[in-house]
Amino acid sequence: MSAPDSAIRQTLANANLQLAIYSNTGRLKNHRSKAVAPDRFPEYQDLRTRAAAIKRHTLAFLDVYLLQLEHAVNDNGGKVIWASTGEEAADFIIQLAKDREANLIVKSKSMTTEEIHLNDRLAQHELETVETDLGEYILQLAGQRPFHILAPAIHMTRHDVAKVFNEKLGIEHDTVIENQAMTARRVLREKFLNAGIGITGANFLLADSGGVVIVENEGNARLTLSAPKIHVTVAGLEKLIPRARDLPVFLDLLGRSATGQPLTSYTSIVSGPRRNGELDGPEEFYVILLDAGRTKLLADPEMRESLQCIRCGACLNACPVYRKIGGHNYPWVYSGPIGKVITPQFQGVEKDPWLPFASSLCGACAEVCPVKIDIPGLLLKLRKEIVQANPEDRRYFRIWAWLMQRPGMYALAAKIGRALMGFNIGPLAAWRSERDLPAAPPKSFRDLWKQRKK
Amino acid sequence: MDSREAILERVRNALGRKLGQKPLPPPEPLLRVRYETADAKLTLFRAQLNGTLTVVPDAAAAGNAVEKLLDGQSAVASDHPFLQACGIPNIPGVTANPEDLRNTCATAGVGITSAYCLLAETGTIVLRACPQEPRLLSLLPPIHIAVVPLDRLLTNLDEMLSMTPRPVDSDSSAMVLITGPSRTGDIEQMLVRGVHGPGAVHVVIVLGKTPPL
Amino acid sequence: MPRRAAIFVTCIVDQLFPNAGMAMVDVLERLGFEVEFRDAQTCCAQPAFNSGYQKEARAVARHFIDTFADAETIVVPSGSCTAMITHHYTDLFARDGQALERIRALTPKVFEFSQFLLGLPNLDALAARFPHKVTYHDSCHALRELGLKDAPRRLLGQVKDLELIEMEAAEECCGFGGTFSVKFAQISGAMARTKVDSILETGATHVVSLDSSCLMQLRGSLSRGGHKIETLHLAEVLASRG
Repeated sequence: MSAPDSAIRQTLANANLQLAIYSNTGRLKNHRSKAVAPDRFPEYQDLRTRAAAIKRHTLAFLDVYLLQLEHAVNDNGGKVIWASTGEEAADFIIQLAKDREANLIVKSKSMTTEEIHLNDRLAQHELETVETDLGEYILQLAGQRPFHILAPAIHMTRHDVAKVFNEKLGIEHDTVIENQAMTARRVLREKFLNAGIGITGANFLLADSGGVVIVENEGNARLTLSAPKIHVTVAGLEKLIPRARDLPVFLDLLGRSATGQPLTSYTSIVSGPRRNGELDGPEEFYVILLDAGRTKLLADPEMRESLQCIRCGACLNACPVYRKIGGHNYPWVYSGPIGKVITPQFQGVEKDPWLPFASSLCGACAEVCPVKIDIPGLLLKLRKEIVQANPEDRRYFRIWAWLMQRPGMYALAAKIGRALMGFNIGPLAAWRSERDLPAAPPKSFRDLWKQRKK
Repeated sequence: MDSREAILERVRNALGRKLGQKPLPPPEPLLRVRYETADAKLTLFRAQLNGTLTVVPDAAAAGNAVEKLLDGQSAVASDHPFLQACGIPNIPGVTANPEDLRNTCATAGVGITSAYCLLAETGTIVLRACPQEPRLLSLLPPIHIAVVPLDRLLTNLDEMLSMTPRPVDSDSSAMVLITGPSRTGDIEQMLVRGVHGPGAVHVVIVLGKTPPL
Repeated sequence: MPRRAAIFVTCIVDQLFPNAGMAMVDVLERLGFEVEFRDAQTCCAQPAFNSGYQKEARAVARHFIDTFADAETIVVPSGSCTAMITHHYTDLFARDGQALERIRALTPKVFEFSQFLLGLPNLDALAARFPHKVTYHDSCHALRELGLKDAPRRLLGQVKDLELIEMEAAEECCGFGGTFSVKFAQISGAMARTKVDSILETGATHVVSLDSSCLMQLRGSLSRGGHKIETLHLAEVLASRG
């Protein structure tokens, strides 16, 4: 499959969308910069190193930590469900909903559930699933995919929202943002209080205490995991960290990297159903541990670090390519630099072989990654793998390598090349489609040097 | 083979590890515990809190402060002994520990809780679920007031975790760190408060001796 | 006794921006170096490496190593080529112990141009003058792999009558990225136009950078937009006498 050229062209030509993407990611980027500035947060680089080390360690001994988590969740009265595939995870939830006659389900934002198309699968069984994160709720009504890991509706304006609410909720067209948010509060409050099951993702899973950690600003996750009788967490295997005491390192990095906040409005740590005497909280508690290809990434020691990702979105906000093409032009649910790296690994490099090449390797992503994932390095490894399987440019590089080892031949070939620069062939045409090409200088440096020496 | 065994086997194979093989110990946890004086913590908390802070000399004054904050609105309060010590249930308009918790919380204008602790560096209220502190009380009403003795004001999360390494365990199913009101920037990045959780947070810190919790 | 500096001009400077190379020679000579140009030099192998063709890249990298192994000092007018040599040759030859040894002996002697200059004690001997409004573009490899943020700016600060105005998007990639510029021309072009907007906001008449590839990209976009702003390599500014 080749790059979605015409879709990209449309995105680039849409001035409003370009402004929305660039300014919104720019704002998040600036908030992050301020929050991690050395005078404000001197321990930033040290914490990055530690967080990367903790994640690396956890992944290296993941079998142990998974078992520890299961044990702790069981001790707390909850249950761990192991799902090899997204289908298994969805099937469990469907069966549970049917057994408990829970036809209304509320969800807080979870990229993992997007990944496994959970909502679509639940809908096939006549289970009403309502997204409760404001951005996700709007998208659900509009029938769209998330545009950004953190700010899913970053591409929509108040006018877009007013239209969606008017069309899908039958309310009067209102472009005042505060009113739009209050509409969502009102509509969703009723869902929270009547839902039979609340489904969340997890930012972290604490192996020692069996804790599910969820970080948010709205309060919809708190309601999702507290109001309904059943709480189900769907989390990838890679979400584990060893201990609750490791949390401050990650929380300090997550909020600042994502939005520039030292802490978001709510950080929930939950495990198990309500204890004896507690007056509210779920009566049943499940953690679905999802593989769905993660063990494949785990098995590749060079690529394994991609599983360190804590889904902060900083790489998206820093990426000059993402800031132009936006989340919908990436083939999978995970967009931005991390998406470029994990999509080929989960789906196979042959599915979208253009993806790892759609980068200038500028390194802005690696600079901001709180867990020090070397995204450019991983992209280079993927490129190597892709051309090994499909070396379409190999003959050009063979010729190039032959020339570059023979300075006399190189100089001659380059002279010919310079003479042809005025023509609009191949890559020269591609270059000129977007910008001018300078006239070739009459003499090369080596020509000038030779002259000088005379 | 069921999925549990299949996944664990895939994980072990991926890592080149054997069943029952001992792991290396994890890196030492980094807990940056900084000890500050009560005054310093109060100053820090006041600066960081995204909400109002009232500091009162004793339990009776706390009751008055809360009454003032309520400004005639109906409120639901938790059954926490500290709130009782401050006379919160006696304030007109306050329903403490109601029969129908959910509906009372859903209709009340204000929810009043105590707190497990406060974190000065981030202006955070930490609530830990227990029979005396239900979850929905600080979540459903549009305004949240927390009444807390000074000695529960800690410096930061690291300090709390060094004292309480297990935030959830047999005693409690949930801990929540509340740092400011509920908010969203999902539409045009414009900040709106009180989307799902409370839109305003007030803290009353009580000086003087505290009854043991 | 003049010290020797071998220059690796890079294929793009050699063929498309020879003036940048000559300006660098000028500057080095003024600072008391005997400049050596080894005729055998060609390319650092970055294009093949970035495209995933490691075998071909290694062949060309070996040629570089052979050419420069016994040089005392190697100065390079490019952040990306320098980073390729100092940061990525070890990846390229990860399984070749002998090559790694040679690389480890070589890389401490390889310097990007501004990096090299800043280590010298007699910079005022340059007496450069460039009476214009200048804005500086941080080329990605120089900035992020070589850590060169202040160095080029300090050098510009020593140029008489030069007014340096920072652009908002100084650290953003210009969109060149090697073959990316033609394989993903649309995106590359859009990235360049964002930089151009930022450049225009400064009111500068000249854009300076450490990398000629970036300058080619920016110049191409500026020219296509009908703007009369000029682009030049740092060496050309430092070689200016006004």
